Amino acid sequence: MSDASVSAVQHHAPPSSFIRKHVFSLDHKVIGKQYYALALLAVVMGMVLSWLMRIHLVWPNAPIPGLQLLSKTGAPGGVMTPEYYLSLLTMHGTLMVFFVLTNAPFAAFGNYFLPIQIGAEDMAFPRFNMMSFWMTFVAFCILVAAFFVPDGPPISGWTAYATLSAVGSDAGPGEGMGQTLWALAIFVFCIASLLGSLNFIATTLDLRTKGMTLARMPICTWAWFITSCIALLAFAVLLPACLLLTLDRVAGTSFFIPGGLVISDHLQPHSGGSPLLWQHLFWFFGHPEVYIAILPAMGIVSHILINSMRRPLLSHKVIIYCMMGIGFLSYMVWGHHMFVSGMNPFSSLVFSFPTLVITIPATIMTLIWLGSLYGSKLRITAASLFALGFLSMFVSGGVSGFFLAQPSIDIYLHATYFVVGHFHMVMGVAAIFGIFAGTYFWFPKMTGHMMNESLGKLHFWLTFIGTYCIFMPFHYLGLAGNVRRYSAFVDDFLVPLIPVHRFITFAALFTGAAQLIFLYNLIHSRFRGAPAPPNPWECTSLEWTMPSPPPFDNFGGKHVVVYHDPYQYGVKSATGDYLMQDSPEQA
Amino acid sequence: MGKLFAVIVIVIALASAIPIITHHWFWSDISFAPPEDISTHGHAIDEQLSDTMIEAGLSFLAAQILLGLFVWKFADRKPDAEIKTFPGGARVMVIAALVLVGTEILALGVLGQKAWANVYFRPAAPDALQVQAQAGQFAFYFRYAGADGKFGTPHPDKIDEGNSNFFGLDPANDVDSRDDIVTGELAIPVDREVHLMMHSKDVGHSFYVRELRIQQDFVPGLDLSVHFTATKVGKYEIVCTQLCGLGHYNMKAYLNVLSQADFDSWMKQKASEQ
Amino acid sequence: MATAIQPPEISKPEPPADRQHSGGAGFGNFVPSGGPLRALEDSSHEATRTGIWVGLAAITMSFAAFTSALLVRQTTGTDWHHLTVPPIVFANTIVLLASSVTLEIARRRVAAYARNQGVDRLVPLRWLAATLALGILFVAGQYAAWTKLRAEGLYLASNPNSSFFYVLTAVHALHVLGGLGGLLRVFAKLRSPILTLRRSTMDATSYYWHFMGILWLYVLFVMWIKL
Repeated sequence: MSDASVSAVQHHAPPSSFIRKHVFSLDHKVIGKQYYALALLAVVMGMVLSWLMRIHLVWPNAPIPGLQLLSKTGAPGGVMTPEYYLSLLTMHGTLMVFFVLTNAPFAAFGNYFLPIQIGAEDMAFPRFNMMSFWMTFVAFCILVAAFFVPDGPPISGWTAYATLSAVGSDAGPGEGMGQTLWALAIFVFCIASLLGSLNFIATTLDLRTKGMTLARMPICTWAWFITSCIALLAFAVLLPACLLLTLDRVAGTSFFIPGGLVISDHLQPHSGGSPLLWQHLFWFFGHPEVYIAILPAMGIVSHILINSMRRPLLSHKVIIYCMMGIGFLSYMVWGHHMFVSGMNPFSSLVFSFPTLVITIPATIMTLIWLGSLYGSKLRITAASLFALGFLSMFVSGGVSGFFLAQPSIDIYLHATYFVVGHFHMVMGVAAIFGIFAGTYFWFPKMTGHMMNESLGKLHFWLTFIGTYCIFMPFHYLGLAGNVRRYSAFVDDFLVPLIPVHRFITFAALFTGAAQLIFLYNLIHSRFRGAPAPPNPWECTSLEWTMPSPPPFDNFGGKHVVVYHDPYQYGVKSATGDYLMQDSPEQA
Repeated sequence: MGKLFAVIVIVIALASAIPIITHHWFWSDISFAPPEDISTHGHAIDEQLSDTMIEAGLSFLAAQILLGLFVWKFADRKPDAEIKTFPGGARVMVIAALVLVGTEILALGVLGQKAWANVYFRPAAPDALQVQAQAGQFAFYFRYAGADGKFGTPHPDKIDEGNSNFFGLDPANDVDSRDDIVTGELAIPVDREVHLMMHSKDVGHSFYVRELRIQQDFVPGLDLSVHFTATKVGKYEIVCTQLCGLGHYNMKAYLNVLSQADFDSWMKQKASEQ
Repeated sequence: MATAIQPPEISKPEPPADRQHSGGAGFGNFVPSGGPLRALEDSSHEATRTGIWVGLAAITMSFAAFTSALLVRQTTGTDWHHLTVPPIVFANTIVLLASSVTLEIARRRVAAYARNQGVDRLVPLRWLAATLALGILFVAGQYAAWTKLRAEGLYLASNPNSSFFYVLTAVHALHVLGGLGGLLRVFAKLRSPILTLRRSTMDATSYYWHFMGILWLYVLFVMWIKL
């Protein structure tokens, strides 16, 4: 018997036990779904936190029924204290940026579909992959544990600026164990993320099947690959930063804490450190992080739009080069978060230049998306609606970035709601729309059931209009100088703006409620949705060549051979107006 | 439904533009306009802001309207409709982006330098009024040098808020600090440059006066400063914009711009209160 | 009753396909003509190689972050003292570099053993064991350096120099421990009756270990000139 016939393409035998199949699974598809479930849990928590925040802002003295159950000291009698507002704000940001926006578009969909789209049977390192998810889950648990320590979650925001985050409980409630747990959670998250990026990169470079050149990879695959390169270097910097922060907090070092500080009447026993050092380290990670959040969404939206438009984009290569350009430039702009931070003002001008320049690839991509719509045969589905919505939101969010990129304007707009509006538009809406679009698009493949299209479209309309109602007004408030991270608006110039905040709160609660439609659709369709054919959207990429859901080893031990680029649409073929990538047929 | 999308996206885009153009929250009298600029350097910033608003606003409207138009025209077409390519294809888009954004960047970036340089690269005038500001959880305090024109040395270990020794001065041993004037409000004479030296007692804070078009963080351990000239008498809010703890929302002081005469009598009165 | 293990069929490997793809089907593998290696088609061995380079890139980036923290910290406080690096650290350096030498020897012996070139299994095992021992000796030596500093009253928070010394050496030592884990795994695979050690695993573990040496030289250099 020839051992050569033993298909070593199988990295691992099919799992048999429940634990191996659904819990500690090596299968990238299961891991992708696990990431998605975690992101779903995190986004529900993050959204609830935002409702609590919005309610408190417009009714600061009203008791919120039940809140005292979450924290007796943070909300005595249900009335939120200012420090608890800041705790919720911190947890909202941390959950959303790390556990939703890094997890869902990148880890969830990427893990599920990257190997399939390149014709591999799994990721390069399945055990690292499993470790990566479970470490992310552990990080999540550590973070959530901060809710239950006596002093509550940290109050320093997701950005955790020193010295507020570094000196310990003297700085305020939540700055004791809560902040330490935060640092530990992020530390673990970094390691998990690095393992994940490792997998994505090695898999993309080494496990592509025959005929799958880099140029033939779908745009979403490219996006995941570029994102993983960015993530590798970014999280590798946040990791030491969190370590140094933790040492300042628990070991008495002074990396970020200067001398002579008097906090809560205590002279702090530190000296010589630099709060700006934390900001540099954090934002060196933090800015690439936001591109980690948006690039996969750009890739997913491109993929879905092409399929819905029944034609490829005006240029495949340009889009990919633009994504690479954005990834590269993302490492040069971090100082734009620090224009008025006390950094050398000349540095501010230096950082402003690449910040403005990064508009160029983003504009090219937007124009290519728009230009590709021209003359297309656009099919309207829930997925394509969210993809179109992404385009609208990306423009809205991108345009406000142009203001903030200029240091002189930033003097006025820094730390106002203008900034909050900007990043919510791009991250909190556009990237989320990418996740929604991906969900509606890939749900049939992942579960074998179709989602309810009508409910999906209703979900889109309510969310599209709702999020504009929430986040557009943030920009107006910012122009008026409305400062951010305030738990209440008591200043003379802020009180007249409260009616606008009330409108926003109602919009937020309404839009939040509309997400129940999505949740219902997700769960109901999972069990009762119409059975999904292998290729309901008539899409060309490799995931649509297999049954819905795919078998555990994706291609059933076959070696897929790829003959075409990923977007053979608008051709005359046996299947219709498209050609699958693995179809030997020539158009 | 494609046509519905087109209509809605254009309506939203136009509706979003209304508060920008009218500076008001639709038909209410809530104003969004930045307050009147009372500084000497602020007009450059305001110009920058309105130039950017025009460019960004036009780009925003153009993109959203194009999106709506294309979706209107090309969604739900007949299955046998012909697929067309935008004239010029990707090359036109790349060139358009490079030209449009490139010129915007050059214009705004180059012009913006001056507005920034005015604030940060011009040193304070040698005869500017020197005032020290200290930010701490959760209040601002200000110190004037007093008759001797010298500031006493602050000692963090001597800070005693209960006895109003916010700066930790040691008048018993430090002659210079004996006539220092410490206040909770920042009073300055109109039309005179002020050099504000900024020190943080504990964590990061920020000094933000909208009307002055000034914002600068206080960084623990760093000696930072801003300088400005106020051109209009009045009372303006100084608010903290760097998250500093539970009292962040409430941390503020007043900038009181007075005529020279009023300022002198204010100083006399404060000196007597020390 | 044992099943006789047939020597694997010697099949001429397919000429490497035109490199439109990499790996995936593993048809370009080198199948040895004899020896204890099973002629498995190893589809992922190249990924291991890519993986280790990617991992090393991440570690490099982390130490770059530590370096910039050090450089910045030096300029922001007035408390930058001078730290005398304990002399045992230089002995540790020799030990770590020696372990790289023994590892390279071990690697070549493994290759010879796998190709059935008359090398007994114990030979590479001994060189690997030497590497492991030297690695453990290095970590122990670092611990001794920390003890020496403590005896001088220099703890983690004593001054920024000692902080960075402890942090840099401890983080490096932690990564060395990880490398020791990898070496142990190679050792275990080498010891089992049928050789399940892939060449890529051996290579990747070696690259990591050598990188620990190079990284250490860098850390030592930074500490020498800066601390």
